[in-house]
Amino acid sequence: MISFLEYDFMQRALIAAALVGLIAPLIGVFLVQRRLALLGDGMGHVALMGVGLAFLLGTAPVPTAMVTAALGAFLIEFIRNRSRTAGDVALALLFYGGIAGGVLFASLAPGKASSSLNSYLFGSLSTVATGDIWALVVLALLVLVVLAIFGRELFAVSLDPDIAQVQGIRVRVMSTLMAVLAAIVVVVGMRVVGLLLVSAIMIVPVAAAQQLTRSFRSTAVIAVIIGLVACIAGLAGSFYIEVPPGPAIVILALACFAVLALIAVPIRQRRKELA
Amino acid sequence: MNQPIVSIERLCVEFDGEHVLEDVTLDFHAGEFIALLGPNGSGKTTLVRTILGLQQIDHGKVSLFGIPVRRFKDWQRFALVPQRLPGASSIPVSVWETVMSGNIRPRNRWRPFSRSEKQAATAALTAVDLLNRRHDRLDTLSGGQQRRVLVARALATNADVLVMDEPTAGLDSANVASLIALLDSLKADGKTIIIVTHELDDIEHLVTRAIVLGASKHHSVGFDGPPPVPNAFAHDHHHHHDAIIDQAPPVVGMQP
Repeated sequence: MISFLEYDFMQRALIAAALVGLIAPLIGVFLVQRRLALLGDGMGHVALMGVGLAFLLGTAPVPTAMVTAALGAFLIEFIRNRSRTAGDVALALLFYGGIAGGVLFASLAPGKASSSLNSYLFGSLSTVATGDIWALVVLALLVLVVLAIFGRELFAVSLDPDIAQVQGIRVRVMSTLMAVLAAIVVVVGMRVVGLLLVSAIMIVPVAAAQQLTRSFRSTAVIAVIIGLVACIAGLAGSFYIEVPPGPAIVILALACFAVLALIAVPIRQRRKELA
Repeated sequence: MNQPIVSIERLCVEFDGEHVLEDVTLDFHAGEFIALLGPNGSGKTTLVRTILGLQQIDHGKVSLFGIPVRRFKDWQRFALVPQRLPGASSIPVSVWETVMSGNIRPRNRWRPFSRSEKQAATAALTAVDLLNRRHDRLDTLSGGQQRRVLVARALATNADVLVMDEPTAGLDSANVASLIALLDSLKADGKTIIIVTHELDDIEHLVTRAIVLGASKHHSVGFDGPPPVPNAFAHDHHHHHDAIIDQAPPVVGMQP
């Protein structure tokens, strides 16, 4: 058996996967609490437009997708603030526009850009370039620093925006920050997990963890562990069985969900008896 | 007279062109226990949201401690007790985390929670008799216990003014009794308490002033009176008195 770490491209993919496994659940825990589980999904669609644009304009995909996704984040928050009722439909329009625009731009691009779009949709082992790694590390660090500073305020806003505002917290700024952080996670994850599935790494580990946990903090910690395990093991698995890494990672995360669902039943029962 | 804690002058708030609050003038002073009464749609909640800066003002003025609400910064003097936390059911949140969340403020984002903040939270949970449940998920507590946690959350902030949205709604008599005992001691401590409620019955003996907001959206006018009979005017407003008296619902038995 060949160790997958003998290959440079696999080392880079592993770093990228570990980064997304770490930061995606940390953002997801806030998104789930705010009932915005599908925001990451939409952000992935918007980022796809950035990738298509990069193909068309010949720019580097990571920065182009980052700019597009960040603009999308601002637009989404703007729409959500403007209208609570029509916001849902407006977001759907934005998301469809993203995916249609992405495929359209990529198809118009010269060369075989549209065929390599697939690797952005479902992730790829070989596409993490050396230059990308540094960008991904910096973006992931940025997410961690922002969470260290604003994490408690983001928590208060996701618990109840009204009382957060009465506490002097700038709710709109925090909501926009949250959307931008989700956009960053999408871009960090797009190479390895792929844009269609990257939001699953934000949501599934959180959904799995919360079956067992009793606090926000422990949910975040366990979700990160699940995220890291799924991303690293899924990446290694996809190398050996030769499938795209995105689906392998997400299936593993879903398996964690299923296992914890089975364990959670007797544990909850026991807690009830003790209470 | 001392400066009012909350001063509302000729306040008008509209939703889609409909007046929810029209020409409301009121002052709240330190140490008062105020009940805001009125049927659904009378603007009680809107009034409270406006006081707390959560609702845009169309006309008139709201000042807190003499400062217009838009420019007011000293928010730790106020604490809101909501009926529930929307975000506490989708992700596990412990009782302790809920209570400590009252201390999350922009100015302390650079430091961890202090020892005195933790002590205040412990004291608040003790006051509502839920310290032994602090590690439990909030949503595993009964509705009444959750409400007590939210009261503890407000207490832990050491705010001077507590604003409570229907604190007794949906509670069983045991929980109502323990909440009232708590309100009693808060009043004795000199806290200013503003309660939005349908029923005065349970808290009548604590209330220093009841304010009834009218049933008609177009004539929602606050007027003051000592409980239990609210139609004695403490202030001689220039408002449409006849209209108010006609519309003012009986305080007791108002709940549909």
